[in-house]
Amino acid sequence: MTVTPPSETLAGYSFAYLDEQTKRMIRRALLKAVAIPGYQVPFASREMPLPYGWGTGGIQVTAAVIGRDDVLKVIDQGSDDTTNAVSIRKFFARTAGVRTTDRTTEATVIQTRHRVPETKLQAGQIMVYQVPIPEPLRWLEARETETRKMHALADYGGMYVKLYEDIAHAGRITTAYDYPVMVNHRYLMRPSPIPRFDNPKLDRSPALQLFGAGREKRIYALPPYTPVKSLDFADHPFSIERWDERCAICGAGDSFLDEIVTDDRGGRRFVCSDTDYCSGRVAAGHRA
Amino acid sequence: MYVAVKGGEAAIDAAHQLLAEARRGDPGVPELSCAQIDQQLALAVDRVMAEGALYDRGLAALAIKQARGDLIEAIFLLRAYRTTLPRLAVSEPVDTAAMTIERRISATFKDLPGGQVLGPTFDYTHRLLDMGLADDAPRGEAAARRPSRASEADAGSMPRVTDILSDEALLETERDPGGPISDLTRDPPSYPAPRDARLQALARGDEGFLLALGYATQRGYGWTHPFAAEIRMGWAAVEIVPEELGFGVEIGDIQLTECQMVNQFKGGDGKPPQFTRGYGLTFGHGERKAMSMALVDRALRAHELGETTDAPTRDQEFVLSHCDNVEASGFTQHLKLPHYVDFQAELNLIRTLRADFDRNAAPPDAAEAPAEPETAA
Repeated sequence: MTVTPPSETLAGYSFAYLDEQTKRMIRRALLKAVAIPGYQVPFASREMPLPYGWGTGGIQVTAAVIGRDDVLKVIDQGSDDTTNAVSIRKFFARTAGVRTTDRTTEATVIQTRHRVPETKLQAGQIMVYQVPIPEPLRWLEARETETRKMHALADYGGMYVKLYEDIAHAGRITTAYDYPVMVNHRYLMRPSPIPRFDNPKLDRSPALQLFGAGREKRIYALPPYTPVKSLDFADHPFSIERWDERCAICGAGDSFLDEIVTDDRGGRRFVCSDTDYCSGRVAAGHRA
Repeated sequence: MYVAVKGGEAAIDAAHQLLAEARRGDPGVPELSCAQIDQQLALAVDRVMAEGALYDRGLAALAIKQARGDLIEAIFLLRAYRTTLPRLAVSEPVDTAAMTIERRISATFKDLPGGQVLGPTFDYTHRLLDMGLADDAPRGEAAARRPSRASEADAGSMPRVTDILSDEALLETERDPGGPISDLTRDPPSYPAPRDARLQALARGDEGFLLALGYATQRGYGWTHPFAAEIRMGWAAVEIVPEELGFGVEIGDIQLTECQMVNQFKGGDGKPPQFTRGYGLTFGHGERKAMSMALVDRALRAHELGETTDAPTRDQEFVLSHCDNVEASGFTQHLKLPHYVDFQAELNLIRTLRADFDRNAAPPDAAEAPAEPETAA
């Protein structure tokens, strides 16, 4: 699939489902979020026709920024064909009639859950992340009243203590995904549950990166070229995971690999999680 | 292809087809009409309207039918519809004292102006399955009666019990603090939440969750010394004041259940000993919910009344962040979505940690093994 043609929109509903007042409200929150990178802006999240926890924050952000000329890509776990990605892409094809694609390079808006594409993003592209829990301090402090204070005071010592305790107990930091980052030297931020592997892609990305948490009613953003640093210590620098294997389809050795169980005797294959990246390499003649 | 990540679209379409068939069930059994659901599953309709936050029996019945009787799913359908509706007007406060009463009981006074009116209640039924209902034969039809406002006793003769207590100044007086009323559908929540925002959240809150929390207050987790001063159910007029007219116009009646709990309070912080109250209100006939709501409302006033806030039932953030079943159901069930990537990242991590562990736990050489403790000679 390359770019699909635009289609008719759903009768009786606004362009991209949300009414214009709601979009304005979300855009105001987005502007504030862009002005204060990494800061969680409360917004009056609406009930969507898809369940909370299934991307309602990302969908509202996408609905607020998408225009008729945009080309939308939706991925879940790196793939355009996972059921929830299909469902969300269909939702916008129905309600906004926009063109859709599975090519990272052709998309102007990319809504994602749990991955950042392997293909480098470009200036002018917008990444929209679906966020389940926006608060990086939540596992340390359950109360919103407290965590807001901690952000206001940049009181992030607790997070460093947690990481230190990981190292003291286990010899290494035991956070594999949703690994906390410091944004623009000021706000601690959850990058959404992307694997640690994807964290470096957030740093100084030329794309505008928007994060929407519908159920928790928060929006935050990384304007293009914002410095994003994964927390670490001088003697325990941040590192990403590596595989001994290469992709069994395209032979890539630089992408995040999914482990596919092939039998009940321990058989495994490893393949690219980013299906567009993988098929692009195959089309270019790469093989395992 | 290497794994079932392709073909999601066709699979979803097929699933929807199966769902449609499962909803209909055996085509040999007559289709259920929305009117039947409205009339004969009326309490399900009431619950869906209350937690769906939309007073429309027809749409609630449709939602129940479409959701195959899954009430939380029906509530979700109604909410998602509701959020698209324009707001034409804001009503005046509903006067429940002027309600046309179908049921009104007080657990605090044996008799009182207007009397005790049992109305249609399960309370004193013996819970024996009525096998007579099983054959679906038409009953000797009791004449359908839904009281209209005009046909009932003069509403003024049924004052609220809490108003009777107020006359003695033994019940705290509640004043409208003025200012705009919170709207939790238009403003993100912030804590501490004012009581109007709390009551809105509780009114939409899940009946089961509030029931369990209310019950917990009775068992000591945020004990509130409650008495059911009054539970009333009936029909109240909804009035709006169109800007161009400048006076109130009744636009219809809605069925409501109201519960006022009164709670002993020894005084403190300059407040005299008196009864305080917890308030519950639902659309339709929803006594269990209204009572639970009243218990939890009172528990959440702990801070304002200088009580300890150590019980979860008294913790605003805990109660309000988790009482909405549309949010809770969505987030709980999102665990069904693929998490391959995060799981892969965790797998990598656990393998590394396990390798560290196994290296450290490698059995020491025999030479280094501690000597067996000597047995006593």
